[in-house]
Amino acid sequence: MNDVILSRIAEALTWTGRYVERADATGRILDAYLHRLLEDPWRDEDAACRSLYAILGVDAPDQHCDMQQVLDQLAFDARSTGSIEGALGAARLNARSAREAVSSEMWECLNSTWHALADQRTAARRTGGPYAYLELVRRRAALFFGLADSTMSRDDSWRFVVLGRSLERVDMTVRLLSVRVLDAAHAPDWPTLLSASGADEAYARVHGGFGDSPKVAEFLLLDRDFPRSALHALTTAEECLAALGRPRQDPARRPIGALRTHLEYLDSEALEAGLPTLLRDLQQACMASAEAVAEKFFPYQGPVEWAQEGA
Amino acid sequence: MADIFDAYALADAWDEMFERPGEVRTAYEPVLAALQPIEPAELRFRADQMARAFTDRGVTYAFAGEERPWPLDLVPRILDALEWDLIQRGVAQRVRALEAYLADAYGPCRAFEDGVVPWRLLLNSPHFHRSAHGVEPPGGVRIHVAGIDLVRDEAGDFRVLEDNVRVPSGVSYVIENRRAMTRVFPSLFAEQHVLPVDGYAQKLLAALRAAAPGGIGDPRVVVLTPGPNNAAYFEHALLARLMGVQLVEGHDLVCRGNRVWMRTTRGEMPVHVVYRRLDDDFLDPLHFRPDSVIGCPGIMSAAMAGNVTLANAVGNGIADDKLLYTYVPDLIRYYLGEEPILPNVESFRPDEPGQLEAVLDQIDRLVIKPVDGAGGQGIVIGPKADRETLERTREAVIADPRGWIAQRPVALSTSPTLSGERMAPRHIDLRPFAVNDGNEVWVLPGGLTRVALQEGNLIVNSSQGGGSKDTWVLAEGPAEQRYEEVGGPLEKAPRQLGPDGAGTVVQEGAQQQ
Repeated sequence: MNDVILSRIAEALTWTGRYVERADATGRILDAYLHRLLEDPWRDEDAACRSLYAILGVDAPDQHCDMQQVLDQLAFDARSTGSIEGALGAARLNARSAREAVSSEMWECLNSTWHALADQRTAARRTGGPYAYLELVRRRAALFFGLADSTMSRDDSWRFVVLGRSLERVDMTVRLLSVRVLDAAHAPDWPTLLSASGADEAYARVHGGFGDSPKVAEFLLLDRDFPRSALHALTTAEECLAALGRPRQDPARRPIGALRTHLEYLDSEALEAGLPTLLRDLQQACMASAEAVAEKFFPYQGPVEWAQEGA
Repeated sequence: MADIFDAYALADAWDEMFERPGEVRTAYEPVLAALQPIEPAELRFRADQMARAFTDRGVTYAFAGEERPWPLDLVPRILDALEWDLIQRGVAQRVRALEAYLADAYGPCRAFEDGVVPWRLLLNSPHFHRSAHGVEPPGGVRIHVAGIDLVRDEAGDFRVLEDNVRVPSGVSYVIENRRAMTRVFPSLFAEQHVLPVDGYAQKLLAALRAAAPGGIGDPRVVVLTPGPNNAAYFEHALLARLMGVQLVEGHDLVCRGNRVWMRTTRGEMPVHVVYRRLDDDFLDPLHFRPDSVIGCPGIMSAAMAGNVTLANAVGNGIADDKLLYTYVPDLIRYYLGEEPILPNVESFRPDEPGQLEAVLDQIDRLVIKPVDGAGGQGIVIGPKADRETLERTREAVIADPRGWIAQRPVALSTSPTLSGERMAPRHIDLRPFAVNDGNEVWVLPGGLTRVALQEGNLIVNSSQGGGSKDTWVLAEGPAEQRYEEVGGPLEKAPRQLGPDGAGTVVQEGAQQQ
């Protein structure tokens, strides 16, 4: 008898998926950068920080910036959903408002993560290293999606969670690559890019050795099997939208489907030549799709207002 | 070895565990035997562990603006089969009488005509809703869920303290308390034969479905919550999840043509039964408070048209008015022709001739309660109040005799409760929960035992810093009977085996990929 879900719940589930994925991806990116900075004898902290800000779409401060500042802003800032803590807090609130739709294990995972963050944050400040903090975030994100996979029925509720995660995944991958492509001076090197995507080992297995070429871009965009590649995430998102049972001319599915097909038949040379355009198209397609999803499945419902006679 | 019960001094009340110092009641023997050898530090550790688990699971409540883990004490409260039989019958009887009263008050008004209850009791009640008059609910049920508060007096007798037939809350804590206790003291449950509490959601769902408007084959039930900021949101979500129904907020619903729909990703879907967890006043801004934005405009008209069932029914507040409480024993005799199984606490009605003076004369020896107070608010305990408070209360009662009742103070029974690293007697009460499906009033075995955590305090509400206990109802027969083997032994399927450790070493080279 529960063949349907409330629009409000669907929206909350989509954003839960998005925010957890965002926290996870942000954590990986920060981790990769920090690691790189420490290992690099010629490090330029200011430049690295600026490139991080650029990836995550945050305005960089005018004066010199250091890693602590970045962490405060991109990891520990509970007020911004662009930071890890803010994203996890928002995921928790969304899951809480959809508590009868997510399994209790999923909710518990988010809730206990939220409570555990404070301790790890304090520890990170004390020891000067956020590794345990970032590891906690990664593990709990994996746990969360693992629980979603093993405790939720493959119904529309689950599809909205996965849809949110997939759209966010494309977005994050594209953001990473954009910095490399558009602003090479401050860009991370290819191996850092790979590890920031959790893709270093998968890449090594496919191509052998560590990437130092546009092959990395190809891998992160076009690999069929790697779950964080744009193609894979787009395919998943499209499958979700198809199963959500919309007509063929679905404005949510069309932009994604069109790009997915494009990626499927793209060869390496064309990819290299058209990379900047492609990245922009990808970002726009995800945004267009997310907007269409919102319009179709969860039209805005503000507080109800009505005229009161004589009031 | 330190004994956590060493310093346990009985208070001036019935103690649940000890008949007299050092002499434990039979039902508690196994529990005492299990708890006594535990070191205080170990006990504290388990209590902390439990609090941590509650925090992680989000089983919390708001106290002074802070999110705190649900306070569950480690010592269970035990009711033997005989005690439970009495409580169960008494609670069900009470619910049946209150149902009859509601049907009467919103219908023929016989009890008023016959002089059992004065007319003014109905007409002056702030909870009497004209819109509920003449509405005949499906199956005749208005109280789908009830929580009847009981206390045990100095003589060990259970008495009814108050009835809650609007939106009684707390059942989720019964379920969570049991879950936590089975984890902290698994061995205790193996030895004792405690009746399970996990059947509640099924019973509730069955009752709600039975309450659907006639002619609907597969009714859709929803739980209506004010939202995540409500103190009982945890409970709303738990019940919705356990029943497998949607948890909706007001703006998820829309009323059109006297029907209720919910907004889903596949369009609007009809709703037939609303288990609402918000008060009448907030339910429908078109009928009640126009400033409320958490309800659903039009839902009341849909209910009056018979297209949706509201559980519990609107207007039930006239039945759990504290002044009506004093008439319930009479109502049981009048409607059911039975003697009350559970007595009331001795009470006075200041609005009756002669009783006002009696109350004012001994105001320092009575408990004075506002008739529509909730959560222990506004209660004045005469023997403990200062002169100024008493004077103020006296004036308030004189100004509005209908607004108050007075009761003889009852020294609520005490139960050993972990306080620091020692056991200390603390006052407790009990709220059993009843579900009415129209054929049967079913009472969940146990209920919520609340504890006044401060020494000597008689008010046990969690909004006043109270705690709770897992409440065990012991089954009559031995456990073996309840776990009879069903059918013959299962046939053993051979286990498929992977390569064992030795094999892996040999084949290491070949297995690498």
